[in-house]
Amino acid sequence: MKIRHILAPGIALALFAGTAGAQTLVYCSEGSPEGFDPALYTAGTTFDASSHTVYNQLVEFVTGTTEVVPGLAESWEVSEDGTSYTFTLRPGVQFHSNDQFTPTRELNADDVIFTFERQMDAENPYHEYAGSWEYFNSMSMPDLIETIEKVDDMTVRFNLSRPEAPFIANLAMDFASIMSKEYADAMVEAGTPEALNQRPIGTGPFQFVDYQTDAVIRYAANENYWEEGLPKVENLVFAITPDASVRYQRLQAGECHVMPYPNPADVAAMQENPDIEVLEQEGLNVGYLAYNTQMEPFDNPRVRQALNMAIDKQAIIDVVFQGSGQIAKNPIPPTMWSYNEAVEDDPYDPEQARQILEEEGVTDLAMNIWAMPVQRPYNPNARRMAELIQEDFSEIGVDVDIVSYEWGEYLERSSDVDRDGAVLLGWTGDNGDPDNFLAVLLSCDAVGGANRAQWCHEPFDELVMEAKTLPTQEERAALYEEAQVVFKEQAPWATIAHSVVFMPVRPEVEGYKVHPLGGHIFDEVSLSQ
Amino acid sequence: MLRYILARLITFVPTFVGVTLISFAFIRVLPGDPIIVMAGERGMTQERYDELVQRFGFDQPLYLQFWDYLTGVVQGDLGRSFITNRPVWDEFFTLFPATLELSICAIIFATLIGLPAGVIAAVYRGKFFDRALMSTALVGYSMPIFWWALLLIIVFSGNLGWTPVSGRMSLMYFFDDVTGFMLIDSLLSGQAGAFTSAVQHLILPTIVLGTIPLAVIARQTRSAMLEVLSEDYIRTARAKGLRPARVNGLHALRNAMIPVVTVIGLSVGTLLAGAILTETIFSWPGIGKWMVDSIFRRDYPVVQGGLLLIALMVMIVNLTVDLLYGLINPKIRKR
Repeated sequence: MKIRHILAPGIALALFAGTAGAQTLVYCSEGSPEGFDPALYTAGTTFDASSHTVYNQLVEFVTGTTEVVPGLAESWEVSEDGTSYTFTLRPGVQFHSNDQFTPTRELNADDVIFTFERQMDAENPYHEYAGSWEYFNSMSMPDLIETIEKVDDMTVRFNLSRPEAPFIANLAMDFASIMSKEYADAMVEAGTPEALNQRPIGTGPFQFVDYQTDAVIRYAANENYWEEGLPKVENLVFAITPDASVRYQRLQAGECHVMPYPNPADVAAMQENPDIEVLEQEGLNVGYLAYNTQMEPFDNPRVRQALNMAIDKQAIIDVVFQGSGQIAKNPIPPTMWSYNEAVEDDPYDPEQARQILEEEGVTDLAMNIWAMPVQRPYNPNARRMAELIQEDFSEIGVDVDIVSYEWGEYLERSSDVDRDGAVLLGWTGDNGDPDNFLAVLLSCDAVGGANRAQWCHEPFDELVMEAKTLPTQEERAALYEEAQVVFKEQAPWATIAHSVVFMPVRPEVEGYKVHPLGGHIFDEVSLSQ
Repeated sequence: MLRYILARLITFVPTFVGVTLISFAFIRVLPGDPIIVMAGERGMTQERYDELVQRFGFDQPLYLQFWDYLTGVVQGDLGRSFITNRPVWDEFFTLFPATLELSICAIIFATLIGLPAGVIAAVYRGKFFDRALMSTALVGYSMPIFWWALLLIIVFSGNLGWTPVSGRMSLMYFFDDVTGFMLIDSLLSGQAGAFTSAVQHLILPTIVLGTIPLAVIARQTRSAMLEVLSEDYIRTARAKGLRPARVNGLHALRNAMIPVVTVIGLSVGTLLAGAILTETIFSWPGIGKWMVDSIFRRDYPVVQGGLLLIALMVMIVNLTVDLLYGLINPKIRKR
């Protein structure tokens, strides 16, 4: 079986080609999607090809911001104790169709319940149909969602085990993309449940037409899309182009209109090029160096601060990020609500750093710095970064060995509570909620897991945990701001950088917005003639 | 001849079992747990980890896992990808035609140019042409594929605009796969211009992938020809007054062909290795890129199944080369 045979060629062609002069937007994507059911995967490349094109969520992020607005749910209510969320669905929303399936009804509560049940209920026929539900699990949804009730055809209630303010933002994430239960049932009956992951049917702005493995994905505009006036182009094509230099050449040659992830070294030339416009936005991410705060001498906050003061962050921004980054002082990025401007970064002062170490009785310190073997937006070259820090630390008499492991091994070993030294790592936000950084990366619960500093500090933990339970953003922001002050005093990490995301586009592209959560979204994009 | 083929086929069996074992062991020897890689930076609970270990069967002893795999392979079942849950077999044969098409074009390109170049260099040994050719071949042989590909793209696609930058077909054309070979499918589609587009898209990747085999074939042909040209029977042929073209082309070349055919056969292995880089740069949807992605994701079934199938292809090519020896040199066939 090949993925290609999605629609009979005639239908596909008619759908895709549209009328003469139809606008086709070509996006030179950086890789192949793992599949088209976004709940199964964690890669942004997969989300671009599925949740951002074919699907919608109950609530959605406004493109270009982390603001959450109604999506497939028109409105919602939260119970007073914060444990029950009732969503009223948007009426008249239609699912796409393909040669194997034509929907007989519009979106209703069954679709929403199916979407989540297949991820949480081992009895559901789709629970083990492919991969696993990593995002759903890593966002602690199985513990959080107790039941999902169908109040009536157009009303769904989520009953939670505890108040969880970030829940709404969580539902705007990719794993919460709403699937068609009718399609899923039809595919089980046809004996091809995997179609859900290979020939997606959603309610989104673009209808899936065809996927040639590792080469091209084609979409056509959803003519029945519920949001009026969208999408603005008739056809959307993902031309899969893994190499960044080649993407640049294709963009220059006019073979595509938008490309992601340029080589940092090419950005300056692109900005000079009249055929290319380079859009930019601060990424919602942070790159850090996490000490093991449970091991001597890193269990002493003064020692950690001294080491932080020895790092020349500007040099790192210049050399490693080649200018496409900014110095980080807080564990959350500046574009996120509750970012505490008032916090002051540790000054770069090797002399004072050396003095503090002496005062604390730390002499002849030798340590390991772990350098990731992969490139990430928050750290484009961890090896180089580690070498710069090694030089900085040698100036204050700290002897550094750089260690690295294969990526899977790195992730596993660096989570270990007994791990030595300090680890370079980072995080890209999932939903724009500060909880997604502060609790996920620094809470006591995350020690031995995503909390690479193995840092459990009660005053901080109490603030972050309490903020989860408060109903308004204002109240929560006050606690998060305080938590950032505690973080800075305790210095479990050296916060190093937030990256800047560059998005080169052709001049005829109109309305493209760089999305802070990292997705590439095209429903509002048009092409000028 | 039949006995010769049978004898060759029998040696196939232990090689096949060996390759199955090696492909199974190879990915498991690499550090990195596929479940941890799947979870990425966000990690997972021990409970969840144990659940997945059980689901993928990693809690079984290795010999049992291998036995399951081997019995599957014998029945033609290579398992399903951890990531896509599609059968490895299907994934491989969706992508393999692209690699095969490119490899065939590259080997034809390399042979068509490499073979005559090697012959001419041998005939004009020590002359300017010979020296120039052999230096060029050395450069071709040592050229980093990545750099060479980008250079060609920048010059021919970027500056001159003669060839498309990457991909297999212009996005304007859209038709169903019939054979998976773009040259054939574009003709079958009946869409005007599709075939030309397929050819244009093949030019640069063919040159890039064919460069190293071309250099090897040219050098090998030259040295084999030199050896043969110093033989007594060549002198005899010349003494008989045969035309040089006949001496070189028939008497010498045919006898020089055995090592050359060997090299061409071995080049297939090199082509598959070179295909990984070439495919990545030219966004060519073949098995090279698929294997690399799978290794990074620690997608065990894909890596072991893919390796096995690639090894099988190389073995088939080598067998064909062995049979070709028989055709070229009757002495081998009778042995």
